[in-house]
Amino acid sequence: MKEKLVLVGNGMAGVRALEELFKHNTTEEKGSDQYDITVIGAEPHPNYNRIMLSPVLAGEQTINDIILNSPEWYEENNIELVTGDPAIEISRIQRSVITESGKEFPYDRLLIATGSTPFIIPVPGAEKEGVLGFRDIHDVDTMVQAAKEYKKAVVIGGGLLGLEAANGLMKQGMDVTVVHLLDALMERQLDKPASDLLKASLEQRGMKFLMEAQTAEILGDKRVTSVKFADGSEVEADLVVMAVGIRPNFELAQKAGIHCERGIVVNDTMQTFDPVIYSVGECVQHRGACYGLVAPLFEQAKVAANHLAQVGSTRYIGSMTSTKLKVTGIDLFSAGEFNEQEGDEVLQMQDVASGVYKKLVLKDNVIKGAVMFGDTMDGTWYFSLMRDAANIADFRRTILFGQHDLGDAGHGEASAVMSLPDDAEICGCNGVSKGDIVQAISKNGIFTLDEVRAHTKASSSCGSCTGLVESILASTVGEGYDATPSKKAICACTDCSHDEVIDAIKDHELKTMPVVREFLEWKTPDGCAACRPALNYYLMARWPEEYKDDAQSRFINERAHGNIQKDGTYSVVPRMFGGLVKPNELRAIADVCDKFDVPEMKVTGGQRIDLFGIKKEDLPAMWKDLTDAGFVSGHAYGKAMRTVKTCAGKTWCRFGTQNSTGLGVKLEELTWGSYMQHKFKLAVSGCPRNCAEATIKDFGVVCVDSGYELHIGGNGGIKVRVTDLLCKVETEEEVLEYCAAFTQKYREEAHYLERTAPWVERVGLTYIKECILDDENERKALAERFRISQKVAQVDPWKERAEGQASHEFTQIKIAG
Amino acid sequence: MNTNALKKELTGDNDMNDWTKVVALDDIPQLGSRVIATDTMKIAVFRTASDEVFAMKDECPHKKGPLSQGIVHGTSVTCPLHNWKIDLASGEVLGPDEGCTNVFPAKVESGTVYIAFS
Repeated sequence: MKEKLVLVGNGMAGVRALEELFKHNTTEEKGSDQYDITVIGAEPHPNYNRIMLSPVLAGEQTINDIILNSPEWYEENNIELVTGDPAIEISRIQRSVITESGKEFPYDRLLIATGSTPFIIPVPGAEKEGVLGFRDIHDVDTMVQAAKEYKKAVVIGGGLLGLEAANGLMKQGMDVTVVHLLDALMERQLDKPASDLLKASLEQRGMKFLMEAQTAEILGDKRVTSVKFADGSEVEADLVVMAVGIRPNFELAQKAGIHCERGIVVNDTMQTFDPVIYSVGECVQHRGACYGLVAPLFEQAKVAANHLAQVGSTRYIGSMTSTKLKVTGIDLFSAGEFNEQEGDEVLQMQDVASGVYKKLVLKDNVIKGAVMFGDTMDGTWYFSLMRDAANIADFRRTILFGQHDLGDAGHGEASAVMSLPDDAEICGCNGVSKGDIVQAISKNGIFTLDEVRAHTKASSSCGSCTGLVESILASTVGEGYDATPSKKAICACTDCSHDEVIDAIKDHELKTMPVVREFLEWKTPDGCAACRPALNYYLMARWPEEYKDDAQSRFINERAHGNIQKDGTYSVVPRMFGGLVKPNELRAIADVCDKFDVPEMKVTGGQRIDLFGIKKEDLPAMWKDLTDAGFVSGHAYGKAMRTVKTCAGKTWCRFGTQNSTGLGVKLEELTWGSYMQHKFKLAVSGCPRNCAEATIKDFGVVCVDSGYELHIGGNGGIKVRVTDLLCKVETEEEVLEYCAAFTQKYREEAHYLERTAPWVERVGLTYIKECILDDENERKALAERFRISQKVAQVDPWKERAEGQASHEFTQIKIAG
Repeated sequence: MNTNALKKELTGDNDMNDWTKVVALDDIPQLGSRVIATDTMKIAVFRTASDEVFAMKDECPHKKGPLSQGIVHGTSVTCPLHNWKIDLASGEVLGPDEGCTNVFPAKVESGTVYIAFS
């Protein structure tokens, strides 16, 4: 017999907890395989997206658009749904919930998610017709109706909710005045300069403001006619919306004797003082904090579900939140403690004419808070730096200009997302417009970047538009947006992050994929296309001499040792060490092209020759001819060391200071064959003219007369990033040792599919310098581990396959008929 | 009911199908595939971790990517071109994308894989 779980409160937090609970099912059963569930809701609707009430009020969406769980969903999941019949009593002795209509629902476990209610200021006349809060569908209906009959609206409260309500009423054609007690709007999210910019921008749209006005009385007969203030002045009003705040709704719990302060007090597993009663959402007080934003509520829901499912492996430790205003055309972002305290430092940028303001509050080079107006493109970046408490000393000088100050390919220079028209192309790879993304978000009730990617494909290819997509997501769902979850799981198969997997493999000496998945409680038996290649790589990088590479966990390119093209054929790039090539080698390539009817040849960006349009069945035979001529695989298809690009160097060039080609060959001989988290490119330039473009490579050497400058973490692709200077050395031997050490450091610690550029930004140049420059023993140990790994890696996969290995990969089975 | 049994029921297989012997089970890697070339088309035959086999047209409904080259996990395959996920038993694209590819009944008998091409 299943236990009975009763949920009081049919809202976003409670229902999310149920959805999370279902994910813990061990059988295929719909709904929960552990509980019989009853949901009791006061409103007559199924669960809807409360965050989207503002767009509904603004007429940008309908109520049907914002339903999150249809009545059918409850039915399919065997949930007994009680709507329009609020719970009025909890009997903890009987363990049952009693509703207004007198029905009684027994429980074994109870989840209270009663949310919050708008605070109505207790002034005389507050009960008059036409005075309401802004909280549910009913309030929105009332406002939309009022807008048809009446003209003048007053919104009391110049906070987030008040301004969204005012914007919506204005869109409905009303003349709106916002009344605010203080001298600055949204004072809990903005500092004064940002608040002034916001006010000016809203005034331009026709919104009126009465600042520092204290409401004294609502006047009128039956219906409101005007609002009177403490200074005696009055303003006409046919509709008054009170948006001065919300208060946790905990009367029901308190009446049942459950300990409440400002909200229902819960512990880290979301249990109240009665351990069979859980609570999540806006009604909750956790470690002294109450949350009114969606992201934290969802985190709570996940923890409660985990505990209800008796997995019990997670705790809620509080949330850091950020805010966006959902008013079309206004870009605004705020997070953390944005008003500086003594001892804090402030970085600030202000351009009044173009309406841009950015401010970061720092303490000891860690971001404590951020306020942005006009250009919020980098809000999500600052927020994740803040959340990770990242040390920003390395890029403090440029941080205000954003992460994207160097050309992002593919989507122009858009920075203020909300002012873009709907048909603006956001994702240049998949042709997705801003309108497509906004529609997908609202239609499907999306809250995360991954969901946007799944539904629209935006940001799912090259990723260069991720910042823009995050901005759109944040502006569309406002505070509900879950930008950077405190911990990002590798994929849906696990709750573990990349770092947790890397550490577990090392600390617990896990040596095969099944062992890793079992030890870390993977949810799928054999992983998925995202986690399997990652695990395979981590194991290979950690245990090079013991781990047996799993071909079926390799992306096809690395399994077929060629680059799959859109028509299913492959391309072949023979390695030419340092970009040098001999006549007989060129002849061999020409012969191969004739023999196999190669339709196109091209010189690559990395100074190699690419042969296109090769049928998979022909690959081993072609490799045989190439290996006979002395070539090995160029690994142009792999998450691997690709090429060392070189310039002519001092052998020929009149400016050359060192033998750049010779050093390039040595570097390529050292590093070829090494698999990495992502592609890895090197270059050696013979002088500071830098013809080999070494300063946009993962590891670049710029020769100077007195030695060699070593540069790291550059990228010439989607996001151009110029390298950081690691150090200067004097001999070629040192170049090779530092290169091996840096490469191995990256191989051991970066996340799968993370290139050196974002890795260096994430861990910081200072950290890398500490490991490689300051600690000679560590450097030598890293270089030695790279050497050991290379002993296994430098076996040419082409030669092996030309000799018949893995022949099943390259042969089709012919069947007549 | 396991997937093969379900498939048997769905396809009404009481050996009414015209089975063609294609390959030894051991010649398909676990969590891998082989390509069967007929005169008219290419068919991908997949083997799961639990040695079930599935056959479908070697074309993703999205942009005709060769599904045989994808990564197999559980009873689905991820297309190598744009990461669409296809259910091996039904050929249906797993949400939120939509589409379907042709599937063919497949079975293993004493270590040999058979496909019904009709």
